[in-house]
Order: sequence, then C-alpha cells, then structure tokens
Amino acid sequence: MKLVKLMEPVMTTQAIKTSGLTPVKILNKLSCYVKEQVENFNPQQMLKSILVPGIAFIVFLLIWGGAASQVQTSLGTLPGPIQVWQQAMVLVDEHNEERIKQVHFHERQDIRNAKKLAENPDAEIKTRPYTGKATFFDQIWTSLITVATGFLIASLIAIPVGIICGLSPLIYSALNPLIQIFKPVSPLAWLPIVTIIVSAVYVSEDPVFSKSYLTSAITVTLCCLWPTIINTTVGVSNISKDLLNVSQVLRLGWWTKVYKIVIPSSIPMMFAGLRVSLGIGWMVLIAAEMLAQNPGLGKFVWDEFQNGSSNSLARIMVAVFAIGLVGFMLDRIMLVVQKRVSWDKSAVLR
Amino acid sequence: MSNEHLMLSQISIEFPTPTGPFKALDNINLNIAKGEFVSLIGHSGCGKSTVLNIVAGLYQATTGGVILDGREVNEPGPERAVVFQNHSLLPWLSAYQNVELAVKQVFKKKKTKAEMVEWIEHNLSLVHMDHAMHKRPDEISGGMKQRVGIARALAMEPKVMLMDEPFGALDALTRAHMQDSLIEIQARLNNTVIMITHDVDEAVLLSDRIVMMTNGPAATIGEILQVELPRPRNRVQLADNPKYNHYRAEVLKFLYERQHRPEASEAKKKTAQNRVSVMGKSKAA
Repeated sequence: MKLVKLMEPVMTTQAIKTSGLTPVKILNKLSCYVKEQVENFNPQQMLKSILVPGIAFIVFLLIWGGAASQVQTSLGTLPGPIQVWQQAMVLVDEHNEERIKQVHFHERQDIRNAKKLAENPDAEIKTRPYTGKATFFDQIWTSLITVATGFLIASLIAIPVGIICGLSPLIYSALNPLIQIFKPVSPLAWLPIVTIIVSAVYVSEDPVFSKSYLTSAITVTLCCLWPTIINTTVGVSNISKDLLNVSQVLRLGWWTKVYKIVIPSSIPMMFAGLRVSLGIGWMVLIAAEMLAQNPGLGKFVWDEFQNGSSNSLARIMVAVFAIGLVGFMLDRIMLVVQKRVSWDKSAVLR
Repeated sequence: MSNEHLMLSQISIEFPTPTGPFKALDNINLNIAKGEFVSLIGHSGCGKSTVLNIVAGLYQATTGGVILDGREVNEPGPERAVVFQNHSLLPWLSAYQNVELAVKQVFKKKKTKAEMVEWIEHNLSLVHMDHAMHKRPDEISGGMKQRVGIARALAMEPKVMLMDEPFGALDALTRAHMQDSLIEIQARLNNTVIMITHDVDEAVLLSDRIVMMTNGPAATIGEILQVELPRPRNRVQLADNPKYNHYRAEVLKFLYERQHRPEASEAKKKTAQNRVSVMGKSKAA
C-alpha cells in the first residue's frame, strides 16, 4: 500500500502533466524513486510498507492456486496464478507481434507508394490505416477513452447541477426525487434504451465515433452522474453560514460567490463524489462494453467467454486483474488531481 | 431626529416555530450618532446578535426598521461591515486576499489597481498584520485572524461597523491587546461602531454608550449608560478610576441584580430558543 502510495505521484502526475509519456521518462523517475528509497532506508517502515502486503499477496496466491486446482470446469481445471501469468505474457507477446506487423504493413505501403510515384508522379496514392486485430492493450486503451468520455460528460453535468441544488433548496426539492429514482438503475437497464436512441439519432455517412463507443460512454455517463450530484449538493449546502453571510455583506455577485466561496469549500465533497462516480463508471463500462460490443475490455471478456478455449478462463482472469489495476490507478489519478486543486494541502486524503 | 446617523426604530422580530411565533425582540429604539461607539450587553440569548443582524440586513425585522443616513436598510451591504465572532475569513485565501476580495468588491471602479494594493496594505498595517499578510488563516493565531477580520471590515470604509462579540473567542491577554488596538484604530478613524459583548470591562473601556438589554423572550433595551470617560483611555490608569468603577458597577448591577433570572425561567427560555434554532435549521435545510 505504502509503496503504491509513494509511487503514485511518480506515475500519475507524469501521466497528467505530460502528454508525451515516454518510457525513458518513467524509467528516470523510477530510478530517482528507487535511489530515494535506498537512501532513506528504514527497516521498520520497509517491513510495514512492503513486506506485510507482500506476504498477504503471496498467501492469497497460494490459496488461489490450491483452490483452483480442485475446480473442474467444462474448459478444464480452473487456472491458477501460474497459468494466468503465462496468459498475461502471451497477451503481451501478441501485442508486440501485432505492433511489428503494423510496422511492416506501413513499410510495405510506403514502398509501394514510393514506387508508384516513381513510375508516375501524378499517380493517386492511397494510405490505408492498418486494420489488424485489436490487442489486449488496445482494448484497455479503448476502455480508458470510453470511460473518460462518459465520466467527463457526467462531471460537466453533475457538478453544476450539484452546485445549483446545493444553493437552492427549491431546485433541490424539485430534482431530488428524480435523482433518487434514477440513481439505483442498473447500467444494463439503460443500455437498450441508449442503444436504440443512439442508432436512431446518430445517423451519419462518415461517423467520427462508432455507435458502440457512444452507447457505452453514454451508459457510463448515466450511471456516474448521481454520486457527484449528491455529494456536490451536500458539500455546497453545508458551506459555513458565516461564509455565506460574508458573501452577502460584500454583495458578491452569483458567479463570484460560486468561484470564491462555494467551489473552494465544497471541493472535498465534490471529489468524494467524483471518485465514487469514476469507480462506478469503470465498473459499468465493462458491462456496457460486453453488451454494446465496444472494442474494450468488456468485449475482450465476452469474446473469450464465447471463444471457450482452454486458455479462455486464464485470459479472462488476466482481464480481471487488468480491470482492477486500472480502476485502482484511476482512483489514484483522481486523488492527485484533488491534491492539486484542494486549498487545504495539509488535509489527509485517502 | 432626522439628523441622526443610524436609527433603529420600534424594531421587533418574531421567528416562526411549530408552536406559533416566538417574539425574540420587542420595541427596540436606538439612535446612534456618527462616530459613536455603542456596546450592546446582555445575558446570552437575549437577542443582541439578532439586533446586530437586523442592522446588518441579514435578518428582516417583523415590525419597525433601521434607517442609515435617511435610507432604510433592507439587505446586507458593505456600508455596514460586519466583524464576525469567529472571524469568518475564507480559509483558502491569504490575509491579503481576504481583504482584497472585499476591497475589489467595494471599490470596483473607484480605485485603480495600485490604489487598491496600497489600500489593502494600509488596512492590514492598521491592525498590525503587515508582517503576515500573505499567510493563510490556518497559519496564524486566533487573535491575528480577528485582526484580519477587522482589517477586512475597515477596508470597506463602512458607515457603520458591526462587531459581533469580536473578541469573545480569544484568551484574556490577546483580548486586551485587541481592545487596545481597537482603541488606537478608533482614535484615528472615529468610525461608528456597534459592538456586542459579554465583557463588562470591555464595554466600559471602549464605549461611548452601553446599551443594556433585558432578557428575552421579547427582549428590549433595559437601560442606556453614557460613559463619560476622557479619551484616549488607558486600561491601567482606569483600573483605579472611581468613575470607571462606578460605570462597571452600574452594568454589573443591571446584569446580575435587575436581570437576574431564576432557574425556572432560564429553562423555559432555553426550550424556546431550541425551538427557534430547530426552526432555523429546518429553514436552512
């Protein structure tokens, strides 16, 4: 836990700050981190932060390995940690192979085009994109983009709605029943409606986004609106009465009040909501992708399930870990963002 | 009468409660001249803060009203700056930024940027906070926070400064310091001030007049004491001054003999107050 906590600023600030996230940079940061750790070596802390979680993880792997070998399924024995690790490596290899193929494809295309131009300078050259099979890592990327879209739309709606609800008891009492009714609705109930609406409304000759992407993203939006709205509302309505009196005495305008008083004081609650929302969004996304066939992790799981080879279960378990790790990473990113925007740097965030 | 600076005329206020309206204040009449320092003193819960909030415009009187320079007060505004009991600084802004927020709002088109900076710094140095003006409220002591609160109010150049137990949350020594600072500021600026206090010494030391309030419900002004001590006043010299001690005794007599309450009525009062606060909360929610 401690290790991850310490590493998180290394990894995530990097991810946010620089779009050009090169492996070299990450390695540099990591080596800095390792150097720091070696210099500040503290055996007791080491024990607590690495050894204890490490032992717990090993115990977990042993129990899993032992129990899995006892379970016989139609696809053979339930895979243990070793098989899952092997499949993870296979997925990495597949990814690398695809990348090599892609490079070759582009090389061939470039050579072909160059030849054509050499024969006839006016020749029409076509550059086609590589249409190879999406690898596991492409699918993780697709999922991340989709969840980011859904979450962003949801936040852009939920934060203003939450602020307005928090400031106006009238609007709150008007919207609260609706929020309470829609909040517990499962993504699987939204999905058919969203699918049909997207198919009907989003008709385009040359679509920028695929329908499955829109359907999944909108379903994510519909499910992760609510925690942010509710938490922001609570945060805003609990602003100290004194501060609101100050704003009244100063006759601050509505916008100034919101910027200077309302938003800063409700940021902790707002982020609590955003983090719950993002967590829900990530869970919902997997389900939505399965059904909408958006080429992300959900589709990967579904395809493997349909595939039913002897490796499928292990590959699904790799996906389970990937989903878990990505979800954890997303939460850490939110935490870093919260630390950035929060005025109270001394507050303990977890 | 029309030449008065601030007039509180026949103010009464009722708060709705589930068991019918609760009359907190009844028939408050008070005229305050420009540059006068008036203290409101009374037992807790007698409605002192309510009076102040009505003058600030945060509450609306049920009957009667407040007239400032010939105009009725209906809403809060910077010409009636408030120094709140618990400082009410925005915790995410530095001392400077807190004052800046007020200055920018009040002098939006009247001062240039440079003038504003100068004005903010001037006010912070008035309260001796120039050395720590870029610190945030959580980095400075309670007394310093209240100094910034006072600087913020002063920076609005208010017609009336309303102070709601400004030093109530401070320890005795800090409070004495703050009172001396206030005397010093008052000597320079001669503001019109209404201050609520629990502290008899504070009231006598600072005020031109002490308004003593009866106990609620339906609290009103019981007695007004004119404090005719020469200024500048010095707490050490006044400690032996018979006139000063006479004033102190007057206030104490009013508070502990004439307004002394038997336990029974205290309990009754408390339930009434609780009802009000419950109502207030449900209204706020």
